[in-house]
Amino acid sequence: MWDYSEKVKEHFFQPRNAGVLEGANGVGDVGSISCGDALRLMLKVEPETDIILDAHFQTFGCGSAIASSSALTEMIKGKTLDEALKVSNQDIADYLDGLPPEKMHCSVMGREALQAAVANYRGEVWSDDHEEGALVCKCFAIDAVLIEDTIRANNLSSVQDVTNYTKAGGGCSSCHEGIEEILVKVMAERGDSFKPGTPSAETAAPAAMTNLQRIKKIEAVLESVRPQLLRDGGNIELLDVDGKTIYVSMTGACAGCQMEALTLQGIQQKLMEELKEFIKIVPTKAGALSRASCNP
Amino acid sequence: MEGIYFDNNATTRVDEQVVEAMLPYFTEQFGNPSSMHSFGNKVGLAIKKARMQVQELLGAEHDSEIIFTSCGTESDSTAILSALKAQPERKEIITTTVEHPAVLTLCAWLEKDGYKVHYLKVDGKGRIDLGEYKNLLSDQTAVVSVMWANNETGTFFPVVEMAELANAAGAMFHTDAVQAAGKVILNLKDTKIDMLSVSGHKLHAPKGVGVLYLKRGVRFRPLLRGGHQERGRRAGTENTTSIVGLGKAAEMAMEAMAFENTEVARLRDKLEAGILAKVPRSFVTGDPGNRLPNTSNIAFEFIEGEAILLLLNKFGIAASSGSACTSGSLEPSHVMRAMGIPYTAAHGTVRFSLSRYSTEAEVDRVIAVVPEIIAQLRKLSPYWDGDGPAVEPEKAFAPTYA
Repeated sequence: MWDYSEKVKEHFFQPRNAGVLEGANGVGDVGSISCGDALRLMLKVEPETDIILDAHFQTFGCGSAIASSSALTEMIKGKTLDEALKVSNQDIADYLDGLPPEKMHCSVMGREALQAAVANYRGEVWSDDHEEGALVCKCFAIDAVLIEDTIRANNLSSVQDVTNYTKAGGGCSSCHEGIEEILVKVMAERGDSFKPGTPSAETAAPAAMTNLQRIKKIEAVLESVRPQLLRDGGNIELLDVDGKTIYVSMTGACAGCQMEALTLQGIQQKLMEELKEFIKIVPTKAGALSRASCNP
Repeated sequence: MEGIYFDNNATTRVDEQVVEAMLPYFTEQFGNPSSMHSFGNKVGLAIKKARMQVQELLGAEHDSEIIFTSCGTESDSTAILSALKAQPERKEIITTTVEHPAVLTLCAWLEKDGYKVHYLKVDGKGRIDLGEYKNLLSDQTAVVSVMWANNETGTFFPVVEMAELANAAGAMFHTDAVQAAGKVILNLKDTKIDMLSVSGHKLHAPKGVGVLYLKRGVRFRPLLRGGHQERGRRAGTENTTSIVGLGKAAEMAMEAMAFENTEVARLRDKLEAGILAKVPRSFVTGDPGNRLPNTSNIAFEFIEGEAILLLLNKFGIAASSGSACTSGSLEPSHVMRAMGIPYTAAHGTVRFSLSRYSTEAEVDRVIAVVPEIIAQLRKLSPYWDGDGPAVEPEKAFAPTYA
């Protein structure tokens, strides 16, 4: 049996605001009958103020779906529509003192019903556009489509990578076989083959490198990001390597750009992955280094 | 009140006489049955007795046809994999869409290894079409695996007849009888069934012990290799206490066979009729005229099963459901889907499974409580309107897929 909090149980056994709301002027119907969870949220909104005067629900679903619906109606009553829309699914879960990981989708459904009901009140059409595939990781409710897309977008090659990027496989680990199968398929698309037991980049032991090899590797990484910088009218130059610190200078449009820090962080991450060691990248103006060394 | 346990298809309580029979084998009779000394010898004799008790329950011709395993799943895997190993030239398996995951998941995995698996469809009452089955049997069929009785609905399959047909086609026949063993007479010596799985904990023996029946002369490849236990067909030191317990449970099941099929069946029928009379828009799933005597699976339309179970639990009543939420998956029971039960009913199925320890008072109590619970949940349902379902329920509520 699920480990429901007392609050979840209480809202399930004594749901608030259940049933049809007469005079509702905003209704949202969301959910999936095939998955066994669907919810109708009914709002009575005061047109002058946009304040939610009353909120009711009807739910076809499990204990936590009913509790999430009940909690949602309590949370949004008295709020304006804009305030209510700030309620996140995590807020709903927090209000209930947490939901089991497998049941977090119930709070997501509550949040989506709210968006749908508000859209209905405002005369808009709400549509949920996320794709859904076969559920692979049941602990974190991650489906095959998301895993495939993430592997493709990030060139992932190990189960550990997939877990780091999507959380899939981070719980009970019973889906690792399924994740491996997706890896085999997606890696084959890019002409690669899945090698079980290949340690991911993060865990590989740093290989001993000569200074020259190291600097060449750093240059190669900078070379790989250069086209992107050039496109934005900027450039990067390697100034010096001092142990774990790599000094670079950003030139052209990159110098002083507000995105400089973000760009450098990305490059630093890339360097760490390539060098398999912890390094720090420090932006310096060309020539500043020699001056600094002259004036200790 | 101690609570009402109507979930005996999930597992059963170990009978006190079974526990009593087992106790000495934890302490004074702790020997390894393989040992030469008297510590081991007595345990070996106890296992021999248990083997004969199980032989009796299954109606097997020889006691050597009984192989003790760790569970029903191990028996299923051993049987199917053995059939494939022993007949490498045959690459096809026939099973049904409503098997237990112990068989279905294994078959899905074997498909990846290049085996062709045929899944027999079922009709609205969960029955297969023997014509379809006959057409699928060929000299490519390595093994047919069809359950004796379905765990969710209790519906029987014509396994004796199917085994004859498989035998004629030169294919092996395996049946998962974990729900049937102890509830129906299995006269295996008069059948062509080659292999059969039993699980101890479904018949008041402990969890962690099972049986694979292997008809004499059927070619066999062990799953676990190692020592000579179970005549080399299942290596690993025997789970002596549980085997002794299973033997005792088999003996008791044999004695209770008539009771299960008369008194337990009567209580089940009373429960079912009582609920159906008081709850509108509810119906029995499976084939009520041809099923286990202890099982009733009722679909309550327009509400969800986990919610029903939580409320039943509040009243101290234990049952189970085919809803998606109770299994942690996003799909309702594959058995309900295979029978074409619509989602609005499949999610609201509840299985009541009784045992010979169930009482009339318990049945009366459940009949009294269930209608209240169903009405309470329907009040919350967007498909329900006052005293009945909304007009054209599927149109009245058609949520955006999210």
